[in-house]
Amino acid sequence: MRAAFLPRRGYAAVSRWFLAAALAGLLVADLQVTTLHPFADLARLLGGLIRPDFLAVEGWSVVATVASAMLGVGLGAGTGLLLAIPFARSRTVRLACAGIRAVHELFWALLLMQVFGLSATTGVLAIALPYAGICAKVYAELIEEADLAAIRTLPAGTGAVSAFLYARLPEVAGRMRDYTLYRLECGLRSSLVLGFIGLPTLGFAFESAFRQGRYAEAGALLLIFYVLIGSRRLWVRARTVPVLLVGAALALPPSIGSAAIGPSLARFLGHDIVPAPLRGAALAEPETWARLWAWLRPILTEQVLPGTAQTLVLAQIALAATALGALALFPLTARRFAGPVGRPLGRVLLVVVRSTPEYMLAYLGLQLLGPSMLPAILALALHNAGIVAYLMGRHADAIPYRADAPRGLDLYAYETVPRLYGQFLAYLLYRWELILRESTIFGILGVTTLGFYVDAAISELRLDVAALLIAATALVTVAVDAFSRGLRRSLRIDALPTRLSGPQPITGAEAADG
Amino acid sequence: MSGGVEDGAAIVLENASASYGGRPVLSGIDLTVRAGERVALMGRSGAGKSTLIGLIHGQAPERVALVPQAAALVGPLSVFHNVYMGRLDRRSTLHNLRTLVRPARDDVAAVEEILDRVGLADTLWARAGELSGGQQQRVSVARALYNGRPVLVGDEPVSALDRQQGARILTELAASHETLILALHDVALALAQTDRIVVLEAGRIVLDAPSAGLDPARLRPFYEAA
Repeated sequence: MRAAFLPRRGYAAVSRWFLAAALAGLLVADLQVTTLHPFADLARLLGGLIRPDFLAVEGWSVVATVASAMLGVGLGAGTGLLLAIPFARSRTVRLACAGIRAVHELFWALLLMQVFGLSATTGVLAIALPYAGICAKVYAELIEEADLAAIRTLPAGTGAVSAFLYARLPEVAGRMRDYTLYRLECGLRSSLVLGFIGLPTLGFAFESAFRQGRYAEAGALLLIFYVLIGSRRLWVRARTVPVLLVGAALALPPSIGSAAIGPSLARFLGHDIVPAPLRGAALAEPETWARLWAWLRPILTEQVLPGTAQTLVLAQIALAATALGALALFPLTARRFAGPVGRPLGRVLLVVVRSTPEYMLAYLGLQLLGPSMLPAILALALHNAGIVAYLMGRHADAIPYRADAPRGLDLYAYETVPRLYGQFLAYLLYRWELILRESTIFGILGVTTLGFYVDAAISELRLDVAALLIAATALVTVAVDAFSRGLRRSLRIDALPTRLSGPQPITGAEAADG
Repeated sequence: MSGGVEDGAAIVLENASASYGGRPVLSGIDLTVRAGERVALMGRSGAGKSTLIGLIHGQAPERVALVPQAAALVGPLSVFHNVYMGRLDRRSTLHNLRTLVRPARDDVAAVEEILDRVGLADTLWARAGELSGGQQQRVSVARALYNGRPVLVGDEPVSALDRQQGARILTELAASHETLILALHDVALALAQTDRIVVLEAGRIVLDAPSAGLDPARLRPFYEAA
C-alpha cells in the first residue's frame, strides 16, 4: 500500500516509528491503577476549586513564589543576554549553556540545597542557572534571525558591545521581551514546583493542604496561581519590572548562615560530589582506578541504565499521547471547527491546561491513581498537548482555504492536517526534549525514571552518586535534543517555528509545503 | 448582491455590488448566464474579475465546480487525493477517511481517467506540492472536472499553460460541463473557446457581446494602459 495519508515518505515513516516505539513502551510500562477510589479524591479537589477558601491561604507563599520567579528569571535572562553575545562564536559558551540547561530546575535545587540549605538563594539560583542557558540560546537565535543590514553599515572598528547595542538589540528587543515574558510564565511554574521539595512557595502550601485534606485551601491556591499566570501581562510591564525586582530582593529573606557558604561550597565541590573512591586517594595508583570502576559499575548497571530506559519509555509514550491529544484538541481553537463561540472557550481550556505545571498534574495524578507510570503519562500529555494544540489552532486559522473547501471532518482530514503536518512534527520533535527532561524529574514522585535514583541518592547523602546520575540525565537530554534536531533537519522542517512565544508565521500552507 | 434563478438561466446577478474593506470593487452588475453558455470574463487586473467569480460561486455553490485562482492544492497530499477532493461532499465522511489511507479501486480508476484528460495520468501518486506550476494548475482543473457540477467557474484556469495546452484544457472543460464562466486574459483563446465575452472595467461591465462579432482589435482598448 502507498503511504497515502502522508505522501512525503519521511513524515509517514517518522510518525509510524514513533507510534510503534510508544506501543512497544506500553508493553513494558507499569500502568496499574492501585488506589481504590480515584474519582472520590478528584471530586473532592474539584469541590475545593468550586468552593475555594481564600482566607486560609498564607499570603507569604504567594509572595515567595512571585519573588523567586522574578529574581530567578531576571538573573537568568540577564546572564543569558550577556552569554548570547559570544554564543555564536564560542563553542565553550555553547557547550556550557547546553550543560546547565540540560539539568532540570529541581535537580539544581536538590544540589544547591546541599550548599545553601532550604533558602531563598537555592530557589533563585535553581531557576536562574538553567534559565541562563536557555535564554542564551534563544536570544542568540533571535539575534541570528534578525536583519543584518544595519550592522554592515557601522564604521569599521566598532566594538562588539557597541555594535550589538546599536545595530542588533533594537531589531530584536520586541521579540526578546516577548520571550522573556514567556520565560517568566515558566519561572512562575518552576517556582511553584520547587515548593514540592520544600521551598516555601505555592507548591509547598498546596502539597501540605492537599495531603491534609484541606481541599478548599488547595483549590484556592490553584486559582491564585492561574490568576497570577493569566494576569502576567498586566503586572509585568517595562515600568513595573524594576520595582518588582527590587521588591523581590527585599521580600526574600537573606540566606541563613551566609557566613558558612564559602566552606560549605568548598566541601561540596571538593569532597561531596567527588566519587567516593577518589576522595583523597593517590590518583597515580592503578588500584584507585580499579576501586573507582568497582564503585561505578553497579551504579551504571543498577541505576543509570534501568533509570534511562524507564525515562525513555515514559517520554516516548507521553510524546505519542501528546501527538494524539494535540490532533484531537486543536480544532477546539480553530475558527473553522469551533466557530466564533466555541473558539474562545477552547482557548481558555487550553491555556488553563498548559498553565498547570506538569509536575503538579503528575503529583495529583499519583495521589489519585497510585504510583505507576500512568499519571506521569497523563500529566505530560495533557500539558504538552495543550501547548501544541494551542499553537496548531493558530496555524489552522492562518491557512488560506479555497472558496469551495469542504467542511467538518473532511476539511480536517484532507486540508487542515495534511497542510499542518510538517509544522506539527516540528512542534512535537521540539517538545520531545522538554518531555524527556520532565520525565527524569517525575522520578522524585516515585516513577522509576532517573530522578527516582537521584532522589534516593540524595536522601542517603551519597551526593557523588547523585551528581553522577544528574550528569547522566543531562547527557540523555542532550542526546535526544541532538537526535531530534537531526531528524528535523532531514525532514526539512528545521526552519519552522517551534517556540511558544513571539509572532506566528502568516500562512500554514507555506509552512507545510516548505 | 441580489439574484435568483430563472428557467434556463444558470446564473442571475441583478444590480450586484461588492466592496473590499469599504472600497467598492464591483457595482451595478447585471449578468444572466443561461445554461449551455460559454462566457469569458475579461479586463485588466484589478477590474474586479476575481470578485465577480466569487459572487457567481456564492450564488449557487451547489451547482458550481470551481477552479480557484491559486491552484489551492494541499501540497503534502498526493495528486490522487487532491483530485478526489472534488467530490468529498458527495461521499460519506467514513469513505473519505478510508480513502486517505487506502483508496478504493473504482475511485482510483475514475481519478486516473480524469487525469488522463489533462495529460497528467503518470503523476497520480506524486506529491502535489512537488509538481511544477503548470502541472498544479492542471490538477486544480482535474479536481473541478471530477467535481462534475454543471456550471464550471474558473479564475484564470489556464494562465500557467501555453496557448495550445490551454485550448486543450478548455475543450475538456467544455466537454463535461454544461456551462462555463471563465476569467481569461488571453484574448485569442477567449475568442476561440467561448461564445460570449464580458469585459469589466473599474468594477462595471463595459462590454457584453457574442464572441462571433468581436475581434482582438475591438478588445484591445480594454487592455491598453489607461
